[in-house]
Amino acid sequence: MRANCWYGKTVMRVEDVPEPQILNQRDAIVKISSTAICGSDLHLYNGFIPTMQKGDILGHEFMGEVVEVGREVTNLRIGDRVVVPFPIACGNCFFCQSQMFSLCENSNPNAWMAEKLFGHAAAGIFGYSHLTGGYAGGQAEYARVPFADVGPIKVPDHLSDEQVLFLSDIFPTGYMGAELCDIKPGDTIAIWGCGPVGQFSIRSAFLLGAERVIAIDEVPDRLEMAQQGGAETINFREQNVYEALMDMTGGRGPDACIDDVGMEAHGPAAIFAYDRMKQAMMLETDRPHALREAIMCCRNGGTISIIGVYGGVIDKFPIGSVMQRALTIKTGQAHVQRYMRPLLQLIENGDIDPSFVVTHIMSLDDAPKAYDLFKNKQDGCIKVVLKPGMSSSNGETVH
Amino acid sequence: MTAQPFSDGRSYASERAEPGMPKSGAKRLARGLGWFSIGLGLTELLAPNVIAKISGVPNGRTGLIRLYGLRKIASGVTIFSQQKPTGGVWSRVAGDAMDLASLGMAFTSPDAKRGRIAFATANVLAVTTLDLIAAKQLSTGNQGVHAKASCIVNRSPDEVYRFWRDFGNLPRFMRHLEAVEDLGDARSRWKAKGPAGTKVEWEATIIADVPGEVITWRSLENSDVDNAGAVRFERAPGGRGTIVKVNIQYNPPAGAVGATVAKLFGEEPGQQLDDDMRRFKQVLEIGEVVVSDATLLGTGYFAQRPARPADIEELEEAESMEALPSQITTDYQRAAQGRM
Repeated sequence: MRANCWYGKTVMRVEDVPEPQILNQRDAIVKISSTAICGSDLHLYNGFIPTMQKGDILGHEFMGEVVEVGREVTNLRIGDRVVVPFPIACGNCFFCQSQMFSLCENSNPNAWMAEKLFGHAAAGIFGYSHLTGGYAGGQAEYARVPFADVGPIKVPDHLSDEQVLFLSDIFPTGYMGAELCDIKPGDTIAIWGCGPVGQFSIRSAFLLGAERVIAIDEVPDRLEMAQQGGAETINFREQNVYEALMDMTGGRGPDACIDDVGMEAHGPAAIFAYDRMKQAMMLETDRPHALREAIMCCRNGGTISIIGVYGGVIDKFPIGSVMQRALTIKTGQAHVQRYMRPLLQLIENGDIDPSFVVTHIMSLDDAPKAYDLFKNKQDGCIKVVLKPGMSSSNGETVH
Repeated sequence: MTAQPFSDGRSYASERAEPGMPKSGAKRLARGLGWFSIGLGLTELLAPNVIAKISGVPNGRTGLIRLYGLRKIASGVTIFSQQKPTGGVWSRVAGDAMDLASLGMAFTSPDAKRGRIAFATANVLAVTTLDLIAAKQLSTGNQGVHAKASCIVNRSPDEVYRFWRDFGNLPRFMRHLEAVEDLGDARSRWKAKGPAGTKVEWEATIIADVPGEVITWRSLENSDVDNAGAVRFERAPGGRGTIVKVNIQYNPPAGAVGATVAKLFGEEPGQQLDDDMRRFKQVLEIGEVVVSDATLLGTGYFAQRPARPADIEELEEAESMEALPSQITTDYQRAAQGRM
């Protein structure tokens, strides 16, 4: 089968690899109809995540048709159309039974690696380094899905792939980012990052009762998409974010702030250069500019929700501001399995149509080109969907 | 509510769970020698004249005595500063030899007081004997490999105990074991993979067996691998399953050299046991060992293969390593034929 494989920093190759087999009784094999590139895939692409190996298949946002099931998978049949959540979760351990699926204790066979880096291991993830288990990803024609009786959900035929595909990651992730803010009616929520996850945080914040959402980014297309979602916007290249937010909130600051950016933040030149240099010298692994700014801007007693991906250590973390002003920090990889059904219901009700975020639909064979477009935010690229069946260079720009 | 009777690590169960290998006597002796070394060393350093007088060595040798004092202090500090005092005690043995050589040279010196030198020599010889005993005991008795690990399993202590007590289950999660056969009467026969493709076998007997609490065992005499093990089960607070703690100790077939070589090849015993316990939890909580593409041939750093589906040869290799759930192998063979 064809699969998109990682061969080093910014080197991707689509090549022929063996097809996956059932290896555990609760596995299913899914023939992939649509698979997306996630913003967090760019951290792998840019070489910021350790424990990658040449030839690893990437991709953790995918859906398709069930073509084979293990003996213990009783809820799925061959031919079912399913969306697969990115965390791999067993459903039986303490964390799964507490609905904290992204912290599953049994799904990461390489837990020892994660324990060395993080103290404890979290769940396995498709196509996201050996640190998260070393599972082949979904940017391929087929994928093996462990614990298929827990993860994948069936989706109705009248909804298109683009409407339901993002239940795999970015819609639940953006939604959880907003949910962690414990939004009360009348709240003002500020969101750093208007990438795909940020776009879903904006819409989720409104769905959860926020009165105002203020979105921060530098890319005009993304700010425009944020405005279409109902947000007011701040372009950090044109305005000082702190001053603008204080101006908009009468000096009090937003009730909660969401970091939808993560470890590769861009910001004002001097701070960016400082963090980028430390990152290059391995003195810090992540560039936390957005997080620092979110903390300084948040109102007293407010909440910081970190949903953008961090992978290591940071520098100059304003812990004094957090403590003195009684801030609450909440974070985590999304517990996708917990959100898939309720969010599918919102889509079926017509409360939200996630396909708004798609800007490019391309062939799986064009994955290397798609990564380049997405990384450099060229051609208005916000979200790329790859189709394994589609012939190369037949890509279409949706918006 | 009354306080839960948490075990404090010195409870009945934990004492029963310590595998029975000798080590404490030699360690206690080593500690005594360590204090002796530091005390005598300090005296030699600060009052070399007194030492010279007692041992009948000519006064001109006080510089050498000071130097020997420093050496003794270093040996003593080494004994206390390292987890295993073996190195420190052997350095004392070497030092004793130097002391004896110096005393022998002093004996031939014209202004020597021979009676005192003979007295000092007898004392040094006595200490040398103690040093040798401690060093040999530490080197042979304690060169074994000791590994411990723990995990928490979402099952009751009775269920977890029963699974472990059925020794035939152990190879399902302990990768180096090939088979364990219950011979009845608390005895069992174990077959395991040794280093570098060798095979080892031994018989073991159960020492303690308290249902739902603890099992300890040790190998019988004339085993290929002299070993002992203990596992204890504690009810986790809040009804959150069972805390399982395992201790394993063995003298590797090729001795200390073998253990070091195994470590170089990534078979670090602590890591191995951690992975075994992770698989133990998987088998109990989800019924089988979880397999990912990268870890098909093992979870070690060097065993990782790319995160992509394996070809038939690699699947067959995994099967021969018994890394695949047994019911699966026929399935993948059939599927592979079907799709090729």
